[in-house]
Amino acid sequence: MKVLMFGWEFPPHIAGGLGTACDGLTRGLAKHQVEVLFVMPSASGDEDQTAVRIINASDVAAFRTKEEARRIFDKVQFLKVTSNLIPYLGPDEFEEQVDLEREKEWNEFRISFGQKYKFSGKYGNNLMEEVMRYSLVAAAIARQNRFDVIHAHDWLTYMAGIAAKRVTGKPLVIHVHATEFDRSGENVNTQVYELEKRGMEAADRVIAVSNLTRNTIINRYHIDPSKVFTVHNAVDFSSAENREISRGVPEKIVTFLGRITFQKGPEYFIEAAYKVLQKTQNVRFVMAGSGDMFNRSVRRVAKLGISSHFHFTGFLRGEDVKNMFAYSDVYVMPSVSEPFGISPLEAMRANVPTIISKQSGVAEVLNHAIKVDFWDVNALADAIYGLLTYPALTAMTVRCGLEEVNSLKWDNAALKVKHIYESVTEEKSKIQ
Amino acid sequence: MKKTLCLYFQVHQPYRLRQYRFFDIGKNHYYFDDFANKTIMSRVASRCYIPANKLMLDLIKKYDGAFKIAFSVSGIAMEQMEQYAPEALESFRQLADTGHVEFLAETYSHSLSSLISPRKFKDQISMHVKAVEKHFGQKPRAFRNTELIYSDTIGEMVAGLGFTTMLTEGARHILGWKSPDYLYVNALNPKLKLLLRNFRLSDDIAFRFSDRNWGDWPLTAEKYAAWIAGALEKDDIVNIFMDYESFGEHQTASSGIFNFLKALPGMILSHADLEVLTPSQATQKHQPIAPLNVPYAISWADEERDISAWLGNELQKEAFADLYKIENQVRDSNDPELQRDFRRLQASDHFYYMCTKFFSDGDVHKYFNPYDTPYEAFINYMNVLSDITLRATKKKV
Repeated sequence: MKVLMFGWEFPPHIAGGLGTACDGLTRGLAKHQVEVLFVMPSASGDEDQTAVRIINASDVAAFRTKEEARRIFDKVQFLKVTSNLIPYLGPDEFEEQVDLEREKEWNEFRISFGQKYKFSGKYGNNLMEEVMRYSLVAAAIARQNRFDVIHAHDWLTYMAGIAAKRVTGKPLVIHVHATEFDRSGENVNTQVYELEKRGMEAADRVIAVSNLTRNTIINRYHIDPSKVFTVHNAVDFSSAENREISRGVPEKIVTFLGRITFQKGPEYFIEAAYKVLQKTQNVRFVMAGSGDMFNRSVRRVAKLGISSHFHFTGFLRGEDVKNMFAYSDVYVMPSVSEPFGISPLEAMRANVPTIISKQSGVAEVLNHAIKVDFWDVNALADAIYGLLTYPALTAMTVRCGLEEVNSLKWDNAALKVKHIYESVTEEKSKIQ
Repeated sequence: MKKTLCLYFQVHQPYRLRQYRFFDIGKNHYYFDDFANKTIMSRVASRCYIPANKLMLDLIKKYDGAFKIAFSVSGIAMEQMEQYAPEALESFRQLADTGHVEFLAETYSHSLSSLISPRKFKDQISMHVKAVEKHFGQKPRAFRNTELIYSDTIGEMVAGLGFTTMLTEGARHILGWKSPDYLYVNALNPKLKLLLRNFRLSDDIAFRFSDRNWGDWPLTAEKYAAWIAGALEKDDIVNIFMDYESFGEHQTASSGIFNFLKALPGMILSHADLEVLTPSQATQKHQPIAPLNVPYAISWADEERDISAWLGNELQKEAFADLYKIENQVRDSNDPELQRDFRRLQASDHFYYMCTKFFSDGDVHKYFNPYDTPYEAFINYMNVLSDITLRATKKKV
């Protein structure tokens, strides 16, 4: 079994959890004899290639001859996300308009895709353009390699996946790590939503990282439930992360660590902190991270008059994150919407008892974290108070939690993915 | 000599706790979820207690005393029936009046006190005995402990209180090759006779009756009576013990459980060498065959048949130990409300809700369980316990 996989990032240069998940998954697949060609827009060359072969899209020209260009263009020009809907035109005028538009696109295409394109591989302003260019290069890569299945991770690569499917006819699996509803709440970017929906519709199978995400795919994108499968993310921890750290304060520490944005529910953490501080002063709250709700959060804390026990650290990375876990007595993830959520697993690995919202995908795989509804500030406060006050609760969640996270292996998740590959390749061969 | 079938049913409902947050500690001393307790008691009364009792009464009259049964009704179940379903309590009273229904003693609160405090255990039993006398006009002679929990030392305590019969589980890991279908005695005090539950035949009704995947479904009274007769070809007594809620609640009326029950006495009594007796009659009639050695506590719960469903993890152990720390203060307090609340908090159910053994297949554990997870159950219970501890020790917050 050989897979052409499209990603956007791969360790060590990662911005979010997507690269880590791709790394874990491909290592798991390698153990099950699945060979992976991993395409990414901009590889640095220092990626660990023990389990995958990395193809750097920036090294591949989209096409070599004019005929090849025309062929690719005809197959993939549908990808362009512009609307040809112009009001008040008759059918003839409209057709004329479309032809003109097409010719213009073709000219632009021929000029701009004559050579290799240097992708930034970041999440910058020209992201949409990079997404489109990536799909064209993807078509070329697909024609140059042999494989059985195409696998695309998240909306940035769905177009690449579709393009590869169009030129080779191989089955397409798309992997949804997050949807636009997770990123933007109800105010979705319609262009992104459109790309996501197209990817899901074109796919032979859709993999969701949790049942929560699966439901979003079915209900918000109207995808046939019979082709949507949940494969929970995993982690590859081999042991506890025990780090000794000297504390500057005698009080217990309750930590929020993540982007300070609407989806992460920082305000619920603040309100719960206020409630707990009414009852006991022997505790400090820390909000680590940055984001568009940062200023508002600082103001709210000041207004509640709890600033002496509530601290903001700003954005933390690498070692500081590990130190923050070592500092913490309780970790809280009150996310409003979290397709999966790896950070509670990292907290549990560091022996920190953890409270998570029921609205997170990770809640589906954890028994030994305390689960509350994100909006239920009273329940959250109660759980924090319980962990600070009743020693058996901490002892048990820490001991069982560590066992639990260590048992969530990518091996098992990868096997499920392999079965999904097998089901689509069998289907294809039956049709043929 | 005729062989014996002994039928015993457990009747119990705990006082479930309301959602009690830590900011209530020291401020609000009301702990119970009246709405849930009332709803559940009314439901169980109308689906099980009342229709099942009516059927039992008809059967006892029809067979003119040849059909007999035994109950143990926990004290807090009696209290809740008085409060929420007096007609259910009345129907038990009518059964008692027939003279063919034996009421057993247990701990008033369906508590685990036998595992920690002999004094509390004794208090709870004497309180329950008084309640049985008051409501059913009988002085119990036989005893069953909460969830059939039993060990040599618990049996010895029970014998010391003057009981001559005790019911427990025919646990396979205790019996080994021996059959549960004989009379045994306590290993420390042979005056206490032991009736052991035949779990296979009991669970055929309690758990498997409506299971369509079960090879023996559908279970008819005729088939079941034949199984009992078969078991009694060699052995002396078959003890069928189960939750009374099996009739109409765990096994719904639509499963045909009441029709099964209605037909059962006739089928049993059609075997000329079989008779139905109550626990105390059964122990008087038969000769014990051996002492039973039970060094560690057993129960009728789960596959393990031990006490790990209530005291298996550190949450349960801490909550249990903390509860009994205030035992003496509550006893000496002369505060009836405090004593009442303390009694209700002792119900084994609160500890059962904290069980983490069955994260995957907690069907039985989920039944009437007000909590989504054991951790929620623990936090809520500990908040309540923090408050009652303040009350008992008269500390200010």
